[in-house]
Amino acid sequence: MKAAGIDIGSRMIKLVVVERETIIHSLITDTTHDPLEQCKKLMAQTSFDKILATGYGRHFFETEFDVTTVTEIKAFARGAKTLFPNCRTILDIGGQDTKAIALDEKGSVSKFEMNDRCAAGTGMFLEVIAKTLGYGLEEFGKEALGADGNIQINSMCTVFAQSEVTSLLAKRQKREAIARGIHMAILNRTLSLLKRISTTPDIVFAGGVARNSCLRYLLGQALGCQVRVPEDPQIIGAYGAAIIAKDSGK
Amino acid sequence: MWKELGLNLEGHDQLLAILGKAYKDIYMSQENRPKAMQYFDFVISEAHGLRIKELMETKKKGNKVIGTFCVYVPEEMILAVGGTCVGLCAGAEIGIDEAEKVLPRNTCALIKSFMGFKLAGLCPYIQASDLVVGETTCDGKKKAYEILNDYKETYVVEIPQMKTQRDRTLWRGEVVQFKEKIEEISGKKITPENLRAGIKIANNKRRALQRLSALRKAVPVPISGLDGLLVNQIAFYDDPLRFTKSVNALCDELDERIKKGIGVTKNGIPRILISGSPMALPNWKIPFIVETSGAIVVAEESCVGERSTRDLVYETGNTLDGMIDAIVDRYFKIDCACFTPNVERTDHILDLAKEFKADGVIHYSIQFCTPYTVEAYKVEKAVQKAGIPFLKIETDYGMEDMGQWKTRIEAFLEIARG
Repeated sequence: MKAAGIDIGSRMIKLVVVERETIIHSLITDTTHDPLEQCKKLMAQTSFDKILATGYGRHFFETEFDVTTVTEIKAFARGAKTLFPNCRTILDIGGQDTKAIALDEKGSVSKFEMNDRCAAGTGMFLEVIAKTLGYGLEEFGKEALGADGNIQINSMCTVFAQSEVTSLLAKRQKREAIARGIHMAILNRTLSLLKRISTTPDIVFAGGVARNSCLRYLLGQALGCQVRVPEDPQIIGAYGAAIIAKDSGK
Repeated sequence: MWKELGLNLEGHDQLLAILGKAYKDIYMSQENRPKAMQYFDFVISEAHGLRIKELMETKKKGNKVIGTFCVYVPEEMILAVGGTCVGLCAGAEIGIDEAEKVLPRNTCALIKSFMGFKLAGLCPYIQASDLVVGETTCDGKKKAYEILNDYKETYVVEIPQMKTQRDRTLWRGEVVQFKEKIEEISGKKITPENLRAGIKIANNKRRALQRLSALRKAVPVPISGLDGLLVNQIAFYDDPLRFTKSVNALCDELDERIKKGIGVTKNGIPRILISGSPMALPNWKIPFIVETSGAIVVAEESCVGERSTRDLVYETGNTLDGMIDAIVDRYFKIDCACFTPNVERTDHILDLAKEFKADGVIHYSIQFCTPYTVEAYKVEKAVQKAGIPFLKIETDYGMEDMGQWKTRIEAFLEIARG
C-alpha cells in the first residue's frame, strides 16, 4: 500500500509517498497565493492509496478532499522518531514558525512550544537578512560559518534587524561578521526555546532552516552533542504524516 | 432610551451587528443544544434591549443600578436595598483606539475593553449605572479606575493581598464602608431583614450555578462548555430571580439527558478544564477553538465560573454584624491570583481536574495580566506532577492569532487523547 502525507506550510508544500517506511516519492513546491491549486498539481504527479494532511493549510485540505489531518507537532514527532529511533527532542525551524518538541521514550509528544505571533528567527527572517546582505541562502550560512568575527545583533524583529543590518553596513562593518551575528542571534533564541522544552539527545533538527550549515554547527557546539539532521529536513512533517496514514489502516 | 443614556448610536449599531454575527457563528451553529438554552439566547439578544429597559424602569422607581467588574463586590448589599448589580462590558475588542489614548498599549485586554466601552460610549450598562464599583485586584485596574473616575464616578474597594488576620480586618472594614456607600447612594438603610433577603437571592443564584456545574461532571457531558460559560457570563447582568429559575429549568432538562445517557457530543472526546483569567462576555475565543477541535470544556476555574460560584454566604446569622461577618468570610475565600501566597487556587484546580475527570488543563491568561501569567508557572508544575497534560495560553481579544492557537490546541488535544 502506498500512503501519502502532505505538509502545507506557509512557504512550501511538501508531499511524500511511502511504502512501508521507505520514501518512494517526495515532491516540494512553493505555497504561493493559491495553495489548493499547488496541492492539486503535486498530487497529479504521483499516486497513492490514501493521504493525510498536516501544516497550517491542513483544514482547507480536509474540507476539499475529506481526509483526516494531524497537527505539525504530531507529524514531525512521528517523522523524526521513524528516521531516528532514539530521538527525544525535535527542533523544527520552518518558513514562518519555530517549534520545539519533547518526546517520551515511546515517541509520544510530552511537551511542545511554538514561537509567538511573529516570524523572528524563522526561515523568513533568514531570507530577509540574507537579501539585505546580498547573499543567496546557501551562501549565507557558508559565509557566516567561515567568518572570523562576530558582530552582535540586538533586534530579533525581522523589520528592526533589517534596519540594524543596514546601519551596520553603512558603518562599513564586514558582512561575514554581520552574517555570523545574525546566526548567533537565532541560535540564542532557539536555545532558550529548547531549554524550556528539552535538550535530551538525540536532538533532531528539521525544517528548511536545518539546511543552513552555520546554524547546524553552532547548535551542535552549544548543545555539546551531535545534532541529527535528516537528509532532506524539509519533508519530515510530510513523511511523518505519510507514516501515520500508513498505520491508520483506514 | 438610547439617547437618554448618552450612547454612541452609530457605533452601538455596528457593535450589535458584529456581536449578532459572532453569536450566530459560535453559538447557533452548535448541535444538540438543550432546549432550555433558548432563554439564554433570548437574554443575549436582548442584552442591549429589553434588559436595559428593565434597568431604566427600576431606576424610575428609585432603585439603583450598580456596575461592577469583579466578583469581590458584595452583591448581597446591593440586593438588600432593592438595587441591581450588573457586570459591565469588558470582554470585546471595542474602542481600543479611544482606550489607548489614556492607557499604555501593554495593558490587558479586559482593562482596555472597559475603558474603550466607556470612552466610545458603547456600554449601555455603564451608562445606566448610578455608581461604578472598582477594586484593587491588580495594578492595571487600580490605576485605570483613577482615569475612569474622570468619566464616571468610580468607588474603589480595597482588596487585601494576603490572607492573614490583619488582612481580614482590613477587608471587613472595606465591606462595612461599602455598605455605608450603598446606603448613601440608595438612601435606604441595610437591615438584618433586607440583608438576609439579599443573601438568599445571591446564594440561590450560586446554588443554581453549582447545580449546573455538577451536571457537567457527567459522562457524557450533557451541555457544551460554550453554553456552560454563557450561563455563567449571563449571571452577571440578568435579573437574579428570573435567572435562577431559568438555570434550574436548564438543569432539570440536563438531569433528564443524564438519565437517558444523552451527551451533547459523542462520548470519549477529551474533557478539558480551562483555568485562569476571567472570560467576560463575549469572550468565547478559547472554548470555541477547543470545542471545534474535537474536545469539550467541562469547567471554568475562573471568576466567570467556579471562582464566583463555589462558596455561599452562611445564612445562619441573625444580627447585622453576624451577617456582615458571613459576607466577609465568604468573599475572603476567593482565590484570585492577586493574593500571595495563593496555594488554594492550585489545590482547587487539582480537585476540579479530578472531579470533572479532565483529560487536560488549559491555563488561559489575558496577555499582560501579571497575576495570572506569573501564577501559571506554579499551576503548570502542580498539574504536570499530577500527570495531567497542560497547555498555557496567553492571548488578548484579537482574532489574528486564532490559527496559531488552533494548531497548538489541536496538538495539545493529540497529547490529551493519549
